[in-house]
Amino acid sequence: MTGMSYIFNKKIKVLNVGLDSFYQDLIKEGAEALKVDWKPPGGGVPRLLKVLEALETEETEEANRKAVEAFTSADPVLVDIKLAKEVIPEIDNKKFGHAGPPISWDRMSGPLKGAVIGAAIYEGLAKDEKEVEKLVSSGELNFVPNHDVSAVGPMAGVISPNMPVFVVKNAAGNNVAYTNFNEGVGKVLRYGAYSKEVIDRLNWMRDSLFPILKEALKAHGPLPLRPIMSQALQMGDELHTRNNASTLLFLGELGPYMQVNGFSKSEVSKSYGFIAKNQLFFLNLAMAAGKVMMDAASNIKNSTLVTVMSRNGTDFGIKVSGLGKEWFTGPAPVPKTLFFPGFKEGDANPDIGDSAIMETNGFGAFASAASPAVAQVTGASVSEALRITRLMYEITMIKDKSFPIPYMNFEGVPRGIDLRLVLDTNIAPYINTGVAHREAGMGTVGFGIAQAPIICFTKAIERYGTLIGAL
Amino acid sequence: MRKKFTIVLKNEYRDSVFLMRINDLVEKAEGVTRAAVMMGTEANKDLMKEAGLYTEEAKEAGPNDLIIVVEAENEEQARNALDYAKSLVYKTEKEEKKTEQNYLSIRSAVSFEPDIDLVLISTPGEYAYREAMRALLLNKHVMVFSSNVPLEKEKALKNYAKNKNLLVMGPDAGTAIIGSVGLGFFNVVNEGPVGVVGAAGTGIQVVTSLLDLAGSGITAAIGTGSNDVKDAIGGITLKTGIRMLSSHQKTKVITVISKPPSEKIVNETVELLTEVGKPAVMNFIGYKGKDISDSLKFADTLEDAARISYSFINKNDFRLPEWTSEKEVNEARDKLAKNQVYIRGLFSGGTICYETQYLMSKEGIKAYSNAPLDKEYEIGGFDESKKDTVLDMGAEEFVRGVPHPMIDFRFRKERLLKEVKDNEVAVILFDIVLGYGANMNPAAEMIEAIKKARSVNKRVSFVASVIGTEKDPQGLNSQVEELKKEGVLVYPSSTRATQVALKIAKR
Repeated sequence: MTGMSYIFNKKIKVLNVGLDSFYQDLIKEGAEALKVDWKPPGGGVPRLLKVLEALETEETEEANRKAVEAFTSADPVLVDIKLAKEVIPEIDNKKFGHAGPPISWDRMSGPLKGAVIGAAIYEGLAKDEKEVEKLVSSGELNFVPNHDVSAVGPMAGVISPNMPVFVVKNAAGNNVAYTNFNEGVGKVLRYGAYSKEVIDRLNWMRDSLFPILKEALKAHGPLPLRPIMSQALQMGDELHTRNNASTLLFLGELGPYMQVNGFSKSEVSKSYGFIAKNQLFFLNLAMAAGKVMMDAASNIKNSTLVTVMSRNGTDFGIKVSGLGKEWFTGPAPVPKTLFFPGFKEGDANPDIGDSAIMETNGFGAFASAASPAVAQVTGASVSEALRITRLMYEITMIKDKSFPIPYMNFEGVPRGIDLRLVLDTNIAPYINTGVAHREAGMGTVGFGIAQAPIICFTKAIERYGTLIGAL
Repeated sequence: MRKKFTIVLKNEYRDSVFLMRINDLVEKAEGVTRAAVMMGTEANKDLMKEAGLYTEEAKEAGPNDLIIVVEAENEEQARNALDYAKSLVYKTEKEEKKTEQNYLSIRSAVSFEPDIDLVLISTPGEYAYREAMRALLLNKHVMVFSSNVPLEKEKALKNYAKNKNLLVMGPDAGTAIIGSVGLGFFNVVNEGPVGVVGAAGTGIQVVTSLLDLAGSGITAAIGTGSNDVKDAIGGITLKTGIRMLSSHQKTKVITVISKPPSEKIVNETVELLTEVGKPAVMNFIGYKGKDISDSLKFADTLEDAARISYSFINKNDFRLPEWTSEKEVNEARDKLAKNQVYIRGLFSGGTICYETQYLMSKEGIKAYSNAPLDKEYEIGGFDESKKDTVLDMGAEEFVRGVPHPMIDFRFRKERLLKEVKDNEVAVILFDIVLGYGANMNPAAEMIEAIKKARSVNKRVSFVASVIGTEKDPQGLNSQVEELKKEGVLVYPSSTRATQVALKIAKR
């Protein structure tokens, strides 16, 4: 208690929470004062307040400190490239991975169905949609969320056994994450397209791009992903809808090693050009890195860290560190979309993809301020991008200085969504996203921005409430 | 018939997202049916083909050329749209006025401003615990102005704070001055050697103002909140406050102010102050303990608390300004009719209401009150007054949905007019509390009612204490002058005002 009396000797700095007249008085008397724009937490719902109150404890703080330590110290490194079936035991000819929370065939949206059909054709299991439906209804083909098998994939995120996957390891721990290859935009599998050109591209990726990259990586040695992400952030990427810099940085690392035995110059050149021209190529790797970092912080008792946000085109789902494997879901929103020429309002499918793992990690919309070019997606100005990043600080645990935003005086990105703060402020996380056509087979229609449905967070906090006996 | 028009901007690279936005705007332009604004890459050309917007000129463009294709109703509209698109490509956003973004929770505020010392919380009571706990978890001292926080929650906050060496003032703490910064309702007083810790908010305001008027001052004033000295809490903050003041070099005297707590708390306070060893005054209003030593004394009134605190350090007498003469008091008394014998007290300060009842009981007079010393004399705040009645108009029934009577005078003015209609009333006794948080011109408020009252009852006396200093935003002297002009008998201490009221009514 001695030592506390220091506050009598200095002009104290006061934070006002509540009546504004007190704040005005503090300013009038010449004190250094700040204020919180206070609103009743949990939208004033007494049931939620009860849980929020019970979660305001030292145990929660300690657990969250542990979680922050885990995801900030995680060190994702690209160590290998394999076929999915070699490294993900759950994925085989009878089970495909997909984006988002669990979903049955009959509830799947167009783009997810389209991607499943394409993957089945690619695997030689079916020739068309009808045959796929037969496989599904006879129980010959089943589905598992990527997130439940340490994997992530953008948009539909369908991963079938013979797709090559990047293997990203946590060098500071022992968890691993997997992700598929990015195919570019337009008519691509992950947006639900499954025409011949889509399947041909997938075949080429497996037969040419995969072995070339695998050998190049072997020659290069394990590739740490954090430095690329941090650099790219300072070069204008937000690492979700914009990966221009990160893709080229990645290519700068592996490019010199791509001249591998058994492949002609033109084949190597094609692979090199494919990556160089696909500005989203690094997205999948960034996602796997994000998955590695958040998995390192999962299953920490009492932690309110949101470790997963993901969508399957029908449902939006989240996971929370202290709540184990359970998904908390709500309807996926339709993103506010900027359409490619030829598409219009009404074409957009509800939000889809594991790529919201980027926002879960403090990138994407959370890092809007780092990426003024992407700010245009919101149909707004650079100051709107700043506003969104600032708003995301309200619901996150830390400002991670190892991922600095130049335009904000190198302030760190807002990382680590705190379930409590989302409900407290009633601010839903923003997500930058690609937008798929709502019909299977159509592909990309544009880019947009969405907000996670609050209901997922409400469900999670209620589960916490029953878990700790507050409800 | 619709026609397509194209321009190609050579070597003009723009990000695709930037262009999509322009695309969107151009499509909305007058007469335009469709548009494509894209870099001339092969992938983009494929998109244009599918959309049916691939033109001859577009075909010529390379990957670093910006293609603008517009399909419109007529050529003029197309040309306009192309110009519009081009202007958008070269347009720079004007720097928008930066709007200040306030923090939405204590967490973000502390994360951006880690040097915050104290969090002042005045949310509705049901939310206050969580906000306070959050501030403590973030290692910040706390003052909770909010009331209606359950005792067990108050105790949880205070026990937690104790273990972390943090100060929790309140819940229900109205007044504090910490590090020369006033919080809540407070008066601007000089710095000086006295450290005040109290469970009675107006009590702290009275004592700190009196010390200032007498030429002394304070190091700090710690408001513990009204429930702190209850046995359920056990005076946790009171004790923390005493310890903090004891280790604070500049504090030479410790003054404790509270309504009388249980014997247990009194004993523990005596014990602690004995251990601390600094000269100290215990003002458990109305509690007449035997002085423990020359440097550890009891004071039974607020003025006494200020006087004894003062005399520990100053050799000269404790003097307060004299605004009203003996003669004026006598005149007021002589004016009364024989049957005018009762006092009606209308207080904004709960401590003052309490002290008044104590001083009356010392004269053998039991007063009715909504906050009575003796339960038998309890009446509702809106009940008719009986004989001698003193009301705490800051009590719950008066502040539901209405600001505190230090700010909003409506109930006091109404009540005053009602009281003067009773021809057995001799004195209307009231307090005016100046300082931050209070009404900016309280004298004017009361004068308005007094003027009306005079037309009903010409004989009744008005006696008031005006609590504050010249440094308060309202200015003490002008407030006193205004009241005096209206014939109000004015005193700087509530103790004196009550004594004068008794002298007049109980002649």
